Amino acid sequence: MSLDISAVRAIATLARIELGEEELAPLAGELSNILNFVEQLSEVNTDGIEPMSSVADLGLPMRADLVTDGDIAEQILANAPEAAEGFFTVPKVVE
Amino acid sequence: MSELTHLTLAEARDRLVKGETSAVELTRAHIAQVEAKRHLNAFITETPERALAEAEASDARRRQGTAGAMDGLPIGVKDLFCTEGVRTTAASKILDGFVPPYESTVSGNLKKAGAISLGKLNLDEFAMGSSNKTSAFGPAINPWTRRSDPAAKLVPGGSSGGSAAAVAARMVLGATGTDTGGSIRQPAAFCGITGIKPTYGRCSRYGIVAFASSLDQAGPMARTVRDCAIMLGAMAGFDPKDSTSVNLKVPDFEAALTGDIRGLKVGIPREYRPDGLSAEISDVWEKGIAWLKDAGAEPVEINLPHTKYALPTYYIVAPAEASSNLARYDGLRFGQRVPGKSLDEMYAKSRAAGFGPEVRRRILIGTYVLSAGYYDAYYAKAQKVRRLIAEDFRKAFETVDVILTPTAPSPAFGLNENTDDPVTMWLNDVFTIPTSLAGLPGLSLPAGLSSDGLPLGLQLIGRPFDEETVFKVAGVMESAAGFDLSPEGV
Repeated sequence: MSLDISAVRAIATLARIELGEEELAPLAGELSNILNFVEQLSEVNTDGIEPMSSVADLGLPMRADLVTDGDIAEQILANAPEAAEGFFTVPKVVE
Repeated sequence: MSELTHLTLAEARDRLVKGETSAVELTRAHIAQVEAKRHLNAFITETPERALAEAEASDARRRQGTAGAMDGLPIGVKDLFCTEGVRTTAASKILDGFVPPYESTVSGNLKKAGAISLGKLNLDEFAMGSSNKTSAFGPAINPWTRRSDPAAKLVPGGSSGGSAAAVAARMVLGATGTDTGGSIRQPAAFCGITGIKPTYGRCSRYGIVAFASSLDQAGPMARTVRDCAIMLGAMAGFDPKDSTSVNLKVPDFEAALTGDIRGLKVGIPREYRPDGLSAEISDVWEKGIAWLKDAGAEPVEINLPHTKYALPTYYIVAPAEASSNLARYDGLRFGQRVPGKSLDEMYAKSRAAGFGPEVRRRILIGTYVLSAGYYDAYYAKAQKVRRLIAEDFRKAFETVDVILTPTAPSPAFGLNENTDDPVTMWLNDVFTIPTSLAGLPGLSLPAGLSSDGLPLGLQLIGRPFDEETVFKVAGVMESAAGFDLSPEGV
């Protein structure tokens, strides 16, 4: 499996990482190498095998649906690069 | 150098209990060593004032008779654990300026036990790497050097490279690490110390910056097996804030060090002897087998047939989970923001500026293998092979009690080696990744020196939640190995 420049551009858009034009070709090479390396999994017979998403096959624990914290807006906003009036600020999304 | 920095964690604890030293004295001695060894770049953030204040409080607790299991013992915390009020970076520029308003459960547990943190330790960016070279704060350096070329700087391994270097250089008595595919065990081996990745679920992941959630696990790194046992006891425990934390009583790990392994069956997997395995690694492994035999254990050849597929499986599963976990770095709620005309542009620019090359590469691979049309071919396939790898171990543990392997295929390498190809770098973790995929406990301990004077590690793998047997066997091997060598100048 090899990825071309346009595929890398599409993946980077999905991942929301801006890439310069000059970065695309080297990355296409590196990512293709990785895909070629993982390709060997296709030789393993996995018919009838359940995918394993976690080693903790215990099921998810339940808890009561109760509010346990809150009123900490200041703490939450303390690390925001930009905040105003108790909100995170973002670039304008609606014209 | 002070005599106090050459105590093991257990010895320092015993002296504190007997009143032969104080937390303040111990902390001062270690802070001096942190300063003396700054060129190793083991710390990202030092917190000496905080540590001294905590040490005074610890001495007061001891006078009142309320000291905890690790009271007054100076440690370091990998900078992947969120620490309330202390900058946390994950060694990434994208978290620039982030000061957590809360404490991770594991570092909080250590605090509750009375441990004194001297600061936050260097690592590969987001714990993605095997050399500590992907850190945005520059690489940590291994205190060990080659006899043939003492001037050449060597990597401490990764991702917990700062932790391993700090412990080996006597800057701290122990340190926290995290391990996703070998990030505790490989640096422990490279720096001649002991480290254990416990069973997945043993330590809470709450407050640890997430890399690959189904694999990430915290564990201790220290200079002896007993020190690791003491420290794991303080770190572990059920935490309702982590849905994969397991509700089991934490055993007295130190009490497991009975020294009696007679009759135990030790699995020796044939697949861990690939063509081209260096003679040095193979020799130290043979020595380890002989020590166990001498102590009355029985080596048993076993097969783990899917071993060779562990690395490709990991390099689908881990980047997939990472791409999802790292989606939270959006330049909006914390960390670095690069302005953009639209929200999307702001995300893309902030993430491009904040993530280093290895992290970017893994996010891109992860995004690709999870994308529509490729999910089944890559991600679902890898999850199925993961089950086969876990099954190999389950079957092996029907006949053996513990498994012995090398920790890494080589000793520490040079700062400028293994740079050309990411896949070559990944091969460092070939012996540790299968254990991670199966969620099993794995411990690395130093077993000897290479011909060039570098530490070599052996790995013990146990049944789920049977860290006690791992510690017990490790304790016997440690005595047999007699490894108490310090790096030059430490």
